[in-house]
Amino acid sequence: MSKMEHGSYKDQSASTFSLAEDHTLANALRFTLNQDPRVSVCGYSIPHPSEARVNIRVQTTGDPAKEVLKDSCQDLMMICQHVRSTFDQAVADFKNNNGSESE
Amino acid sequence: MPKVPLWDLPELPQNQLPLHLQLQKTRVSCNNDAPTNTENVTYSGAYAALGVDNSLRLDEFRNNFKVKVIKLNEEDMEFDLIGIDASIANAFRRILISELPTMAIEKVLVANSSSVVQDEVLAHRLGLIPIKVDPRLFDYMSENDVPNEKNSIVFKLHVKCERKSGERLTVYSHDLEWLPSGSEYVLPTENSSESKPKTYTSFTSSQVSLPEFANNPITVTPGIIISKLAPGQEIELEAHAVKGVGKTHAKWSPVATAWYRMLPEVVLLQDIEDEDAQKLVNKCPVNVFDIEDMGKGVKRATVARPRACTLCRECIREPGWEEKVALRRVKDHFIFTIESTGALPPEVLFTEAVKILEDKCESVITELS
Repeated sequence: MSKMEHGSYKDQSASTFSLAEDHTLANALRFTLNQDPRVSVCGYSIPHPSEARVNIRVQTTGDPAKEVLKDSCQDLMMICQHVRSTFDQAVADFKNNNGSESE
Repeated sequence: MPKVPLWDLPELPQNQLPLHLQLQKTRVSCNNDAPTNTENVTYSGAYAALGVDNSLRLDEFRNNFKVKVIKLNEEDMEFDLIGIDASIANAFRRILISELPTMAIEKVLVANSSSVVQDEVLAHRLGLIPIKVDPRLFDYMSENDVPNEKNSIVFKLHVKCERKSGERLTVYSHDLEWLPSGSEYVLPTENSSESKPKTYTSFTSSQVSLPEFANNPITVTPGIIISKLAPGQEIELEAHAVKGVGKTHAKWSPVATAWYRMLPEVVLLQDIEDEDAQKLVNKCPVNVFDIEDMGKGVKRATVARPRACTLCRECIREPGWEEKVALRRVKDHFIFTIESTGALPPEVLFTEAVKILEDKCESVITELS
C-alpha cells in the first residue's frame, strides 16, 4: 500500500502518515506544515534507508491532521506554480535582452 | 551583532523582529571558529511572544519571490532564487539529479568484440554516453513490454581497425549509428518458415516516419572515447536505449550536476583605512575588496565583489579582524547552477523539476482524499 494513516478515530488531531516518498517531498512538506499556524508539532522520519518510505507526523491544535496535511500540500503546490511562472518569465526576459541588460 | 538588553529595545513595531533576531533568522554568520545560526526558523509561532507572525503567507511569498537569470546557454545555466526556503530549493535540486527522466543505453548486444576492453566495461561506458533526444517523446518500458518505436532507441556500432593500417584506432561515441527501424539482429527461432524474421525489437514503423525525428536524427554527444583498437581488432554491437531516472542509475541523470550556494554577504563593521585597507585587499584570494580614494589622502576599503567570496575566512583569521569584517550568508538567496548533459536545455530541466514536485503534492492530496 502506498499510503497509510496511523491515528485515532476519537482524536484526529494527531496522525502519522506513511508515504512512498523520500526527503525531497518530506522535507519540503515539513516546511510548509511548520509554517501553518494550526500545526503544533510536525516532523518526519525515514525508517529504513533502502525502503522508499517516509513517516510524516502531524499534531495539530485541534483540526484534523489529514486536512492540515492536505492544505500544506496545496500550499507547496501553489509555491511551485508561482516559482515556475516567475522562472519562465525571468528566462523569457533574459532571452529577449540576450543578457545585455544586467542589473 | 551585540546583544541588546530587553529594556533598551525600542517600542516594537508590529510584525517586525528586532534587528538582532532578524539577523539570526535571515543570515548564517561565518565566524572564525565555526558558522552559527545555521538553522532555519520555520515554526509559525516561533516569535509569537514578540507578537510576530512567522507563518506562511502566500501573497507575501508571491511579492517577495524573485528569479534572476545570470547566465544561460544550451548547456549551463546560473540563476538566483530569492525569497525561498532551503527545503524547497533542495527539493528542486534533488529532483533535477535523480527524478527527471532521460534516455540512456541499457542493453548492449555484442556480436563481436576483440578489443581489450571487456564487454561489461564497454557496455557500462556506452550506458554513460548522453543521448541528445527529448525523453518526453518516449514511454517507459516496463518489465513485460516489448521494445518498440515508442520506448526504445537502437544504435549500431561497427568499427574495425584494419590490420594493414598498422596504427591503433580510437572508437568515439559519434561512431554510434542510429537505427530508426530497430534492431537488425535476428532472433534465433526454431521454425524458420515464418515470412518475416523476428528481430530483438518489434518496431511497427520506422522512427524516421515520426514527425519529431523526420529531419532531426537522434545523435549522441560526440567526441567521447569508447575504446581503442589495435590492428586486427573489431567491435560489432547493437545498443538499446530506454527511458529511466537518475535514482535507478546515474546514467539517466539529465544533469552533469545541479547545485546551489547561499549568497555570501561581506560587511565591514568599521571603517578600514590606509594601511589596514591595503592589508585587507591583499588578504583576500578572490579579490572581494577594493580601495576607494576618499580624498585628502585617505584610502578606505570597500566590498566590491561579495558574490566572489568563497567564505575561506582568510580575512578574519588573524586576531582582531573578526571585529572589523563580518562574513555572512543570506539564508533565502540561492545561487543555483544547472549543468545539462545535453538531452534538454537547462531552463526546461528546471521547469520540469518544479512540475514533478507539483505532481508529487497532487498525488498525496488524491491519496488522502
